[in-house]
Amino acid sequence: MTQESLYIIASIGLFGIGLYGVIVAPHILRKILAINIMSVGVFMLLVVSASNMNSTPDPVLHAMVLTGIVVAIAGTALALLLAVKIHTLSRDSDKDDH
Amino acid sequence: MFKTPEFKENNHANELPFATRILCATAIGALGLGLIFALILSENISSSLPALVQQNLTQSGVQNPVTAVLLNFRSYDTLLEIGVLLTVAIAMLPNSNFNSDINPHMPGGSRLVSVVNSAPVNPPLEALLRWLIPMIIVMAGYMLWTGAALPGGAFQSGALLAGAGVLAQLSGRLQFCFTSTTAKLLLTIGLITFVMVAVGVATTTGVILQYPLELAAPLILLIETAATLSIAAILLLSYNTLATQTFESSSEPSVFDKQPSALSETSAPNETLQSQTAEGPKP
Amino acid sequence: MEFDILIDGCLVVGILILACLCLATKNLFTAIVLFVSLGLLIAIAWVRLDAPDLAIAEAAIGAGLTGAFLLATWRQLRVAPANNDADTPNKSGGDNVQNP
Repeated sequence: MTQESLYIIASIGLFGIGLYGVIVAPHILRKILAINIMSVGVFMLLVVSASNMNSTPDPVLHAMVLTGIVVAIAGTALALLLAVKIHTLSRDSDKDDH
Repeated sequence: MFKTPEFKENNHANELPFATRILCATAIGALGLGLIFALILSENISSSLPALVQQNLTQSGVQNPVTAVLLNFRSYDTLLEIGVLLTVAIAMLPNSNFNSDINPHMPGGSRLVSVVNSAPVNPPLEALLRWLIPMIIVMAGYMLWTGAALPGGAFQSGALLAGAGVLAQLSGRLQFCFTSTTAKLLLTIGLITFVMVAVGVATTTGVILQYPLELAAPLILLIETAATLSIAAILLLSYNTLATQTFESSSEPSVFDKQPSALSETSAPNETLQSQTAEGPKP
Repeated sequence: MEFDILIDGCLVVGILILACLCLATKNLFTAIVLFVSLGLLIAIAWVRLDAPDLAIAEAAIGAGLTGAFLLATWRQLRVAPANNDADTPNKSGGDNVQNP
């Protein structure tokens, strides 16, 4: 059980847990949390591919994951704003029906 | 996952039935096991990219290979990434709210940071922030400078500055207005600097984003500084927008106002509403 | 048993358990706090995988800022359902919520 295989199991496990959470969880914030967990799993798989024992790790994959982390938080912020806006607008339309 | 997403907590009316959940879990479990099996058994594909980066590291202007890849070898990706961040900022900007009634001596929308005089004073928090925010700013500057040789760089430094801004807003003392001129300058300076450098070096070397060898290090530092300011401003704008959402048509007391234990368990919202409307509107 | 594999094993078990708990817990506030601590464990995992730049970025962005965004949104989504009182202010402790 090498270090690589341990982290491969962790990354696929995180991806699977995140995917199950996106499908099953009812609340919108839990879905966004699950999408973030899926993206962490993908990043971990990339970094495991980048690490090798003999020389320095692959910097191109590290740069890709760094870009991925920043774009993931931007996407999460946009998703959260959309959730709040939909919540506000759907509540207003419920009020107008009364 | 194809039902309407819920907005109320603990509302289990629209949950998937148990059998569907078990089916999903087994399908995902089988997929995961197959992927783990395939990945562990497969050999590492040796690519030539790390060796290429090591060979050309001296010509890139920095010693940290990740910074060299981000800002020199694959600088186009970073340019587009800052563009993506700016797109998210453009989506956030119309939704941000600024209360100009808090400080009537200052007209709204003209200053980036304004002091809220009517906020409740919290002495330990303010004492902590007087020390913490300057230290964070110094730390961010150090992280930006040392990204050339050691782990660090523009993104980490920008995130630290955004964290300092979040702390300042959470204290209640400072209020950010992102429609001011300073804010618009800060939001766009990253992309503008990057594009100007990209086009400017094209006049010398003929290829867009190919830095001349002796100017590589200063140009990378210039781009990183502008990108730090931009990233910090964009992340702080996102937090400001998310934290200051108002509900214009219906203002009702939140669950936090009456119950100190609102954080522990979610009681049915209708019950708290009945107890609050019985007391009448607050002035 | 080698110490390295022991640390990596504990880290992986902790990460998987935290991810399961984050999505299975009933209280949404607990889920967000568990997500922040998951981000911090992932930062340690990046250090174990020889990626220090990613560790700094994950600790600052993934754990810190994402947690702040999620908590701010959680607070906005917890507003009680609409009633006809139009002039009750919306107060908070230190945050900047405006009175419409």
